[in-house]
Amino acid sequence: MIYSVSWRNIWRNRTRSLVIITAVGLGVFAGVFTISFMLGMVNQRIDAVISTEVSNIQIHKPAYLESSETDDYISGIEGIEQSVLSDENVGAVSSRIIANCMIASAETGSGVQIFGVDPSKEREVSDINSRIIEGDYFKGESANQIIIGKKLADKLNVGIRSKVVVTLTEMDGTISGGAFRVAGIFRTSNVLFDESRVYVRSGRLRELLQLEENTAHQIAVSLKNNGTEEIVIKGIKENYPQLSSLSWSDLMPDMKMMNESMGFMMYIVVGIILLALGFGIVNTMLMVILERVKEFGMLMAVGMSRASIFRMVVMESVFLSITGGAIGIGVALLITAITGKTGIDLSFWSDGLNSMGFDSIIYPWIGIDSVIVVTILVIITGITAAIYPAKKAIELNPSESLRIDM
Amino acid sequence: MQVLELKNLVKIYNDSEVKVKAVDNVNLTFEQGEFTAIVGPSGSGKTTLLNLIGGLDASTEGEIIINGTNIGKLKPWELINFRLFNIGFVFQAYNLIPVMTARENVEFIMQLQGVEKKKREKRSMEILSAVGLAERANSRPAKLSGGQQQRVAVARALSTKPKFILADEPTANLDSKSAESLLEIMEKLNKDENITFIFSTHDARVVAKARRVITVEDGHVVSDIKVETDIKS
Ligand SMILES: Nc1ncnc2c1ncn2[C@@H]1O[C@H](COP(=O)(O)OP(=O)(O)OP(=O)(O)O)[C@@H](O)[C@H]1O
Ligand SMILES: [Mg+2]
Repeated sequence: MIYSVSWRNIWRNRTRSLVIITAVGLGVFAGVFTISFMLGMVNQRIDAVISTEVSNIQIHKPAYLESSETDDYISGIEGIEQSVLSDENVGAVSSRIIANCMIASAETGSGVQIFGVDPSKEREVSDINSRIIEGDYFKGESANQIIIGKKLADKLNVGIRSKVVVTLTEMDGTISGGAFRVAGIFRTSNVLFDESRVYVRSGRLRELLQLEENTAHQIAVSLKNNGTEEIVIKGIKENYPQLSSLSWSDLMPDMKMMNESMGFMMYIVVGIILLALGFGIVNTMLMVILERVKEFGMLMAVGMSRASIFRMVVMESVFLSITGGAIGIGVALLITAITGKTGIDLSFWSDGLNSMGFDSIIYPWIGIDSVIVVTILVIITGITAAIYPAKKAIELNPSESLRIDM
Repeated sequence: MQVLELKNLVKIYNDSEVKVKAVDNVNLTFEQGEFTAIVGPSGSGKTTLLNLIGGLDASTEGEIIINGTNIGKLKPWELINFRLFNIGFVFQAYNLIPVMTARENVEFIMQLQGVEKKKREKRSMEILSAVGLAERANSRPAKLSGGQQQRVAVARALSTKPKFILADEPTANLDSKSAESLLEIMEKLNKDENITFIFSTHDARVVAKARRVITVEDGHVVSDIKVETDIKS
């Protein structure tokens, strides 16, 4: 009964209630949509990290992680690949030979990391092949194909079929070099990546480095489902305790931190919005009490307990906040659903975003857990905002309230 | 049967600079089934007296005994509950909850008492019929005239069959015709349900309907006349 009276009470002053409901709605909408925008952005970045740049897990020799020396390679990779692949969570593996080198065109040069890969395996682990914007991803058998990023191509001023020369240090320290032809140019959302990484066939790079067969510096592992990293790593460590197996979040601790702190920061933003709205509700509820002094006096006189009156006032405030909150959340979810499909095009700032590794088209996304947290925060706001006004109401003296001329 | 006894009742308002003795040593008893008017000039202490009887205000001295219970000895929450189950109130205005229909208003106190729905519904219709408002059961107060609103308030006060009903100037905001009809209804309920009414008034026509008239001045009872025995006979 008290709930229904509270609900009806908020419609006594329709305009005032609609104003506060609209304010709460707008605030909650802004908060929730900001969350989904930021989550979308971060998730896309993590997605790119996993599917393009790092993959889920990387296996190295521990020494390689410290110094990146060419001679800290893993031997017997075929056996390791087989063993890793036998884990049911693992989707694909790809061994990579990695070296730092100079790449030069007719005009200029640049320092890059050169990756020697087996294209048929690499495409299962990294989606670089789907990010080719010019040329092809290792088409045909030619050994001197090189795939480079758009940014690097621009820097070197080369195009498809242009010749580039790669200079690197062999295992024994002598400098050697090889000529390659640009076969494909890729573009990811990460400018730094596009500028600093090139791909060639592993056979050719092994030759240049004078490296034995069946070796690699890194084995990249992609999983069927994200989130099973720890299980798979445990299995690898059991079989190969001498190797280091790290997940993407260990390899990129900044990503991990961004992922974790983002959620927390977003709740703080929503909390601040709700705090501001809470003061609006306090103000509204104080006006409500002031207007209804005589009515509260009457209710207390006829035997309504102070606890019930307190609850009635609190419920009015909660109804105001959850009505606004529900509208705000609803609209935010709707717009998230729409823009999550269409994407929000921020190409205008794409240089800035891409230089930080972020996509310029953002696909907002939100999880049910965030929605639940926001809903709880909205309810808490409604309750807290009502405490002071409700206390005022129950402190009224019935006989004095009834005497007041209104 | 005696329902209410006031012993040496004193109420002094101390909060302003001047001390006001609003009720000054009042001794009265009320019997079951009385229909009593309290009259007196403005500021004589009628409202104060009714508020003390109803437990809305604490007396400075003296005792109020309702059906054997000294209400001055009750704890605040006990007093609220005591009011809920023993005393009906009708005020001059602002009696009803605006967002509830006439019928919901009548049911309200029964609901606070925890009376079950079926019983509530039956009693509310019965009592609304008794005050002549059965057809307006689903109207909200704003759609009712002042007289109709007061009738709903009387119906609500009566719904739980309290020991007595206190009505502070129930007709003050009504035109004379509505005032008269409200009084007639109160009179009828007083007889039919044997409910004790104690009401204050300024209105001579209302006073004329009372069977006992207590006159107060400056907080004193200056006369206490039982109409049937003292005058009509
Ligand atoms: N809260 C209060 N503080 C101080 N004095 C008060 C207070 N309430 C009432 N009084 C004083 O007590 C006296 C009695 O007031 P009361 O309201 O009981 O008179 P009344 O007979 O009901 O008058 P009316 O016919 O105008 O309603 C008056 O002098 C009034 O000013
Ligand atoms: Mg008065």
